[in-house]
Amino acid sequence: MSHWIAACDVDDIEQEDVLRFDHAGRTYAIYRAPDDQFYATAGTCTHEKVHLADGLVMDHIIECPKHNGRFDYRSGKALGAPVCVNLQTYPVKLEGGRVWIALADA
Amino acid sequence: MSHPAPIIIVGAGHAGGRAALALREQGYAGHLLLIGDEPHLPYERPALSKQLLLDSQPADACHIGSAEQYQAQAIERLAGVRVAAIQPQARRIRLHDGRELDYHRLLLATGGRARHASLPGADLAGVQLLRTLDDAAALQPRLQAGQRLLVVGGGFIGLEVAASARQLGCAVTVLEAGDRLAARALPPLISEKLLALHRARGVEVRLGCQIAAFRGDGSVSAVALADGELLACDTVLVGIGIQPNTELAAAAGLAVGNGIRVDARLRTSDAHIYAVGDVCEFPCPVSGQPQRLETWRNAEEQGRHVARSLLGADDAYAALPWFWSDQFDHSLQLAGQLQAAANCVTRALPDDGVLLFYLDAAERLQGACGWGAGNSIARDIKLAEMLIRSGKALPAAALADPASSLKSLLKGVTSV
Repeated sequence: MSHWIAACDVDDIEQEDVLRFDHAGRTYAIYRAPDDQFYATAGTCTHEKVHLADGLVMDHIIECPKHNGRFDYRSGKALGAPVCVNLQTYPVKLEGGRVWIALADA
Repeated sequence: MSHPAPIIIVGAGHAGGRAALALREQGYAGHLLLIGDEPHLPYERPALSKQLLLDSQPADACHIGSAEQYQAQAIERLAGVRVAAIQPQARRIRLHDGRELDYHRLLLATGGRARHASLPGADLAGVQLLRTLDDAAALQPRLQAGQRLLVVGGGFIGLEVAASARQLGCAVTVLEAGDRLAARALPPLISEKLLALHRARGVEVRLGCQIAAFRGDGSVSAVALADGELLACDTVLVGIGIQPNTELAAAAGLAVGNGIRVDARLRTSDAHIYAVGDVCEFPCPVSGQPQRLETWRNAEEQGRHVARSLLGADDAYAALPWFWSDQFDHSLQLAGQLQAAANCVTRALPDDGVLLFYLDAAERLQGACGWGAGNSIARDIKLAEMLIRSGKALPAAALADPASSLKSLLKGVTSV
């Protein structure tokens, strides 16, 4: 089972950008794509524990701020060395001007 | 096409390990041998001065690939093995135990070794260097709260260790011979920011400081300065750069300058031998001048590039220089070239952060350097890298204005 958590307001993120969201001791990254779709992934790079929200979003790619590991944030897919482990992704919905992500029940 | 003789990689550090894995990714199916003098798997070095000392990351998190991965990909590893000689005419190497191995192509990724201070007492126990996993393991237990650490050299290794040790509660003093920190690599403004941060966090930094000797009875207990002052300590870290391991190449008659000389395809003066990583002196894609870079990016990118070169690709290595350093809760990043710039534009950022943009006479970006809390400047430096590659003329006023987005400049939507 999962539950929905409000991560931020829709207006908190610009298009083609990313925002860090911390909840219950874990960290997530919320993305607003150039086509205005929203996505959510785990907040740190799978290569080293670096916050992805400090990285650069170009189109549908997030690039880690340290080692240039690149992921497609829609699927979480790692796009080649130095990263080879995919990012966990989370379902997203918009409701009442807010961005909600679905997290698994602990 | 298959060859009976293998591709042999000498040096199983970051560049050598990356090259081995990349050769398989590129489809090389022949015999592949990776020889290193350390017992470890290939590993990345950035965590050695930070996470490993702070005990916030296990050593195996630095590894490039796993033992299973090398085995599954039929990359034969000879660990803890030294190469004694290269015979280029015979295309053969000789190991220290006398064994001889023929190669089809040879890749030298021999890296460098930490330079030691040539001063009296340098061999005392407690005078440490930091280059390898074993060095980090030896240094870490010495950095207990209350211990006194003296760092010789205000470059990146020295400063990162100083920051780690301070965070662990050590009393830390940095002794630098020059008049500012990390002067070889950084603009003066960033050196000032580093100095202010270290002093604010309780590191004593002495610039223009000449050391005469290490003192102690078996184990170091003080550093004697040239003016006679004695500084008591429990441990000394010497961080005064590395010496590239060029001896094998030089003895084999390969061209050697400040490193093993290669062309833009990373090929040495012998057509069957290539070189990458810290030991490799390659032509700067901008100036054509030989340069040697001791960075994570250089090891990673040259390792990948040489895999293609070894398999016959003819493209020149043209990656932009880029590096970072993390100290306390701040980081700096530098991309491109800062020398030879006609103009430097400064963009002030919140929380004492700063971006410096280096433009040529035609207002094209050549290099950029950023400093700030956390990784706050990372995306701007990434964008700067893309702006450098774009070759676009950029308005200085927009670069200086924190409200002007670099992404907009890149996409040609000028906000000026």
